Amino acid sequence: MGAETSPKIVIVDESPIRAAILEEGLREAGFTDVVHISEMHSLLARIYTADPDVILIDLENPSRDVLEQMFQVSRAVRRPIAMFVDQSDAASIQASVDAGVSAYIVDGLKKERIKPILDLCISRFNAFSKLQDELERAKSALEDRKIIDRAKGILMKLKGLTEDEAYVLLRSTAMREKKKIGEIAQSILTASELLK
Amino acid sequence: MTQPLRIGFIPLVDAAALIVAVDKGFTAREGLDVTLVREVSWSNVRDKLNLGLFEAAHLLAPVAIASSLGLGHVKVPIVAPFNLGLNGNAITVSPALHAAIMGELTGDRFDPMATAQALARVVAARRKAGADPLTFGMTFPFSTHNYQLRFWMAAGGVDPDEDVRLVVLPPPYMVDSLANGHVDAFCVGAPWNSVAVDSGVGHILHFVSDILVRAAEKVLAARQDWAEQNADVLAALVRALGQAADFIEEPNNRAEAAAILGRPERIAVKAEVIQRTLDGRLKISPDGTFRESDRYLLVGREGAARPDPVQAAWLYAQMIRWGQTGFSPAALALSKAVFRPDIYDAALGNGHQTRAVSEAIGAFDGPPFDADDIPAHLGAFPIGRRGK
Repeated sequence: MGAETSPKIVIVDESPIRAAILEEGLREAGFTDVVHISEMHSLLARIYTADPDVILIDLENPSRDVLEQMFQVSRAVRRPIAMFVDQSDAASIQASVDAGVSAYIVDGLKKERIKPILDLCISRFNAFSKLQDELERAKSALEDRKIIDRAKGILMKLKGLTEDEAYVLLRSTAMREKKKIGEIAQSILTASELLK
Repeated sequence: MTQPLRIGFIPLVDAAALIVAVDKGFTAREGLDVTLVREVSWSNVRDKLNLGLFEAAHLLAPVAIASSLGLGHVKVPIVAPFNLGLNGNAITVSPALHAAIMGELTGDRFDPMATAQALARVVAARRKAGADPLTFGMTFPFSTHNYQLRFWMAAGGVDPDEDVRLVVLPPPYMVDSLANGHVDAFCVGAPWNSVAVDSGVGHILHFVSDILVRAAEKVLAARQDWAEQNADVLAALVRALGQAADFIEEPNNRAEAAAILGRPERIAVKAEVIQRTLDGRLKISPDGTFRESDRYLLVGREGAARPDPVQAAWLYAQMIRWGQTGFSPAALALSKAVFRPDIYDAALGNGHQTRAVSEAIGAFDGPPFDADDIPAHLGAFPIGRRGK
């Protein structure tokens, strides 16, 4: 690898969305030589074929153990590969583990060239987790709204209330009981199922 | 209550003492607040232990030694004050390889020398026919599974680095890989051999206790510095593990132990399959043949839980035999010092070695293991990567 060329990066990730987010970030930062491996069968053979300088893998992937074999004396290995993280990088290791990603580099690649790749990787992994959390929250908010609408409908029908009055009743009950509106609405649905 | 403890584990039956210690309340009774964290790879367990994200972990015995020696990864001194299991692995082969080995077999099919020699003939015939080399799956480069497979096949004349392929395969992928032909055989712990037999894709060829009478498998591992600073906490944990091991070894408790282990957040496998391994009564063939052994997995009985430095020396010797490191008296001393019977004895108070050292390993091939002269001992084995 010449000093000016972009290191070849392999992303081992079964999540296509996270891999795409990471790949996009790497490309934007000028790392253009990126390969995504999503198939875990014959992983080592795929990595040897790609011949990377850096390998990024998520910590939820059991195939991390497969990569350990690269450090072994074996006829399959053409050149030694060392793990990036060593004792001097405690902060980076901690940040990687927190983000859920691990990096390996080919022996000989300078650390200062790896640092920006790992930093970017950590921030993209964190961004992905945040995105997932937001998606979960949005999903549950949508779910709550559906439940609240149905509970309002029941109250309107049984007590002859307007939609606004039904909502006010739900909200004041929730405040009095120190519960979420969604929980009160759910108990109304449950009660109405039971009383059917 | 002391500080909360986070302890990592891989969902395998040899985590039994650890899981039962927590879920049956033995740790709580010792005043410990333990959270078990299920992990997906040994690399994760090792790294999180090394980084201090775990105070202790269910760990492959050779990884504890490799970590203390700085082999394959960062050097972090580890202590192992409790042996979570002896033996417990098995070698499972595909129906095709099973038929091929049985076709070449002269002698008892449970005699590992007979099957290893049969394997050598199968390998030779495949080479002559221009077939691909056989592929064997194992769990980690520094694993008992790796060394047990190698020890077995080399005894029959098969060079594990030249004549076949040995590949690391995460345990949850083993059965699928055998079913779709990506591997021809594997060596793994429970419950995966039984899962392969139950799904009709494999035959259990050997229990590892056919190969070695006593083999340290998984240990409770802690960082040496943490262990020194928290000696009381570690002693309490060892006591809780001792109580759990005694509980599991009582036959009347096996069903309850298996039910605890089988829970979705623990091993997540049917309790009946787990109980087979605890009882040492395994279905070895899809046709329903069972085989029993009182040595299949030892969780505490026969002194199994007391760490034996001779076991650590044997594992270090395997690292040398297969070219993972060179011999040095200092590294041997370090390896032996990873296993800490002194901590075990101080916590549980039963410190007598009842066996002669020569019986500590009980390998089926070669002279009795001599921890005091490893280079000479390894000289008795023609196949290996020493000094290469």
